[in-house]
Amino acid sequence: MQFMLLFSRQGKLRLQKWYVPLSDKEKKKITRELVQTVLARKPKMCSFLEWRDLKVVYKRYASLYFCCAIENQDNELITLEIIHRYVELLDKYFGSVCELDIIFNFEKAYFILDEFLLGGEAQDTSKKNVLKAIEQADLLAEENRPRQFFFSLLS
Amino acid sequence: MPAPIRLRELIRTIRTARTQAEEREMIQKECAAIRSSFREEDNTYRCRNVAKLLYMHMLGYPAHFGQLECLKLIASQKFTDKRIGYLGAMLLLDERQDVHLLMTNCIKNDLNHSTQYVQGLALCTLGCMGSSEMCRDLAGEVEKLLKTSNSYLRKKAALCAVHVIRKVPELMEMFLPATKNLLSEKNHGVLHTSVVLLTEMCERSPDMLLHFRKVCLLVPQLVRILKNLIMSGYSPEHDVSGISDPFLQVRILRLLRILGRSDDDSSEAMNDILAQVATNTETSKNVGNAILYETVLTIMDIKSESGLRVLAINILGRFLLNNDKNIRYVALTSLLKTVQTDHNAVQRHRSTIVDCLKDLDVSIKRRAMELSFALVNGNNIRGMMKELLYFLDSCDPEFKADCASGVFLAAEKYAPSKRWHIDTIMRVLTTAGSYVRDDSVPNLIQLITNSVEMHAYTVQRLYKALLDDISQQPLVQVSSWCIGEYGDLLVSGQCEEEEPIQVTEDEVLDVLEGLLVSNLSTPVTRGYSLTAIMKLSTRFSSINRIKKVVSIYGSSIDVELQQRAVEYNALFKKYDHMRNDWYFPLPALLERMPIMEKTASNGPTEIMQTNGETEPSVPDTKHLPLVTQPANQANDLLDLLGGNDVVPVIQTTLPTKPASAGGELLDLLGDLSLSGGLAPAPSVPVSQPPFLLDGLSSQPLFNDTSAAIPPMTAYSKNGLKIEFTFERANPNPNIAVITIHATNTTEADMTEFVFQAAVPKTFQLQLLSPSSNIVPALNQGSVTQVIRVLNPQKQQLRMRVKLTYTHKGSPVQDLAEVNNFPPQSWQ
Repeated sequence: MQFMLLFSRQGKLRLQKWYVPLSDKEKKKITRELVQTVLARKPKMCSFLEWRDLKVVYKRYASLYFCCAIENQDNELITLEIIHRYVELLDKYFGSVCELDIIFNFEKAYFILDEFLLGGEAQDTSKKNVLKAIEQADLLAEENRPRQFFFSLLS
Repeated sequence: MPAPIRLRELIRTIRTARTQAEEREMIQKECAAIRSSFREEDNTYRCRNVAKLLYMHMLGYPAHFGQLECLKLIASQKFTDKRIGYLGAMLLLDERQDVHLLMTNCIKNDLNHSTQYVQGLALCTLGCMGSSEMCRDLAGEVEKLLKTSNSYLRKKAALCAVHVIRKVPELMEMFLPATKNLLSEKNHGVLHTSVVLLTEMCERSPDMLLHFRKVCLLVPQLVRILKNLIMSGYSPEHDVSGISDPFLQVRILRLLRILGRSDDDSSEAMNDILAQVATNTETSKNVGNAILYETVLTIMDIKSESGLRVLAINILGRFLLNNDKNIRYVALTSLLKTVQTDHNAVQRHRSTIVDCLKDLDVSIKRRAMELSFALVNGNNIRGMMKELLYFLDSCDPEFKADCASGVFLAAEKYAPSKRWHIDTIMRVLTTAGSYVRDDSVPNLIQLITNSVEMHAYTVQRLYKALLDDISQQPLVQVSSWCIGEYGDLLVSGQCEEEEPIQVTEDEVLDVLEGLLVSNLSTPVTRGYSLTAIMKLSTRFSSINRIKKVVSIYGSSIDVELQQRAVEYNALFKKYDHMRNDWYFPLPALLERMPIMEKTASNGPTEIMQTNGETEPSVPDTKHLPLVTQPANQANDLLDLLGGNDVVPVIQTTLPTKPASAGGELLDLLGDLSLSGGLAPAPSVPVSQPPFLLDGLSSQPLFNDTSAAIPPMTAYSKNGLKIEFTFERANPNPNIAVITIHATNTTEADMTEFVFQAAVPKTFQLQLLSPSSNIVPALNQGSVTQVIRVLNPQKQQLRMRVKLTYTHKGSPVQDLAEVNNFPPQSWQ
């Protein structure tokens, strides 16, 4: 995978993960063009399109578009499954995830993505393992919270 | 200073902004606060501030002042800091900036951290955006982690190694030892990432590939793993809709493909498992089909036995019937790739493919169309053409041009009878007439000329079509040309194929004159009709009427028409004997055109043979054919063009010499109406008057909208010169039609000349048949060939060309890049 974009029906970017080195300017240009192209697609069209020299796989979940750019030798159908797996992970983590969850907790969405994919490929094919890892990492982050809070409650 | 506001708070506030300006104001205010906080080196809230900065960055605002802060966060001991720090690094830093190198040391430390989640963060960041310098520095650490027993780290290290190899391919060797027992892992995460790593190594290095194939015996191991996946019972952890770990299955199939490619032993070893997967995989959900798709790709790419290949194509055939349009799309794409090699197997699914022409999705329709054309052959031409013509009737305009071209090509190759061929062409012209390519007109005219027995039928049908509709220019042009040629047959009612219609000369002239005055006619069309009217002066008896028309247009505003009219007028006045001469036994100026022979069976450029002389005919360019041999008759032709009586453009230049040059004049005039321009004059020793030649060639007669894209020299070496001339294919402005002209200044012919071209991936190229394979010596002629380039992204056109030919007995081969395309050709 070269990159993944999440954007709303109005074209607002909610998440962008780039696995290829590009300048900020190029990223903005690509994002703008691709978002426009995908939003212009009619519902009866298939989930794949050829864009520049890449294959783009996209799927809409409620108000969010999940859009991945893959290389020519990659399997489009399994990419749809990758997207679906990511959505399932978000859903399990947030409990019936909706766009607002991803807006307000974008950093968590990134953490989950980075635990699922690395360099554009799936690290773990077990949903359970990925969620467990996130859970543990979250606990570790919790431990960092300042302890004063507890003391002030008790005293 | 009060604590900086929390991330969620900021997000909420920004979302309340009602206008872009309001949002910008809030952001600027917050950025200022964050900046001062950074300046104060506040450790406690750095994490929060950077997180807010990342949010604002996603909204599109600049955040580069946070880059160093990310580095500080990464260096912190707190996990929350590191998490945000690494995320910020991945979002804000990129390898172009030197700042990113400062990360290297932190990452190195974190790769050796006691907490695996910190190690994980470091591996993830390195594997996502590590530059080549970083990869070089840290490859050793990654390799170490690849050998660890901790599967959480091992899987990440494997993918990180993939990235390192992509960035610094020379480092591939050092990861080889660590891959030894990767596949004996039980953990699916490690297995999956290991297969990815092995795939990367095999794809990049043929040596590695051989090593894995022969030494490590990878194929049997992979086959075993795959078999276990399929045979094992339900495993809740990896199950997706009843299939066990489809991601791993797909990846293994892909690696098998690479291992089996062009290797008989490996291919044989995987035959069974491929057949098993192909037959046992559940097809009701997308997952199953994803696996089948990968299986099909593998079967088609390795040296599989024919039974397996047929199985694969049948799977694709079933895909075509699937309700899911994604599956249909994937099937059509794959079939298009295999149609050349497994033609017969794909033919069996022809009817399903043809049904896909009626699909609602544009991409599916396009692929179905391409595939249908690839499947047309002598046996199925009638049935297929019916479907394709029906498709042409109802398809979107973006398809019509390609479909029409495809129909013409297929008809030319496989037409069962001349009448069928002409009927088919008529059908295309009447239903999609405004979308056909401009060079179809001369092709069709030539086809009609050659179908001698069909002349009466053709002209009758075309005449009737004209009565209905004069808006489609190619149709009108072909029709007027035919009426000009065969008007006598029309009026005499000689048609055998169908009921002859009763038409009078006046009615015919009414129609032609109607074309001249109609707003719908383009200047080119008017040229055709005027010439047609003139030709009828030798076939009809109402000469006076024709004379009148011709003289009226002698003062037309359109310079082209004016010139023609004036010349024709001159024919009436001074050279009446040339029109139709009974004194001289040679054929006269306006008589019936002889049959044109074609050398190539397809392709828009042909060599016309008339009276034993060959003339290269190049309809795409604005040129006339030029007779090249120094016979005295030919020289008369050239004298006609302007030997002695050199006069300005608009006057006729007919010399005092009588009709001994008649045969060639005939072609001259006929071809004026076809391509209406001038040939490139090679080194034939003749005095060419600047006026006439310049005058005619400066007027674009065809395709006024394409207005002069300047030609260019694409290649010039060792006496071989290749020039490109351009034209836009109407109505699709994304297609550039390039005609190459290859000429040879050496004294020996260049035989077996083959021109090949390649373009970057964003373009599509179609190379049509060349006019011939011999580039004659001393510029005595040229080889022409048409290239069609589709450039939907309007990117700068670049091309790589490969030339092979035999010169003085020895083979010559050359490769060249062509980059000097004029901007108008791709904008």
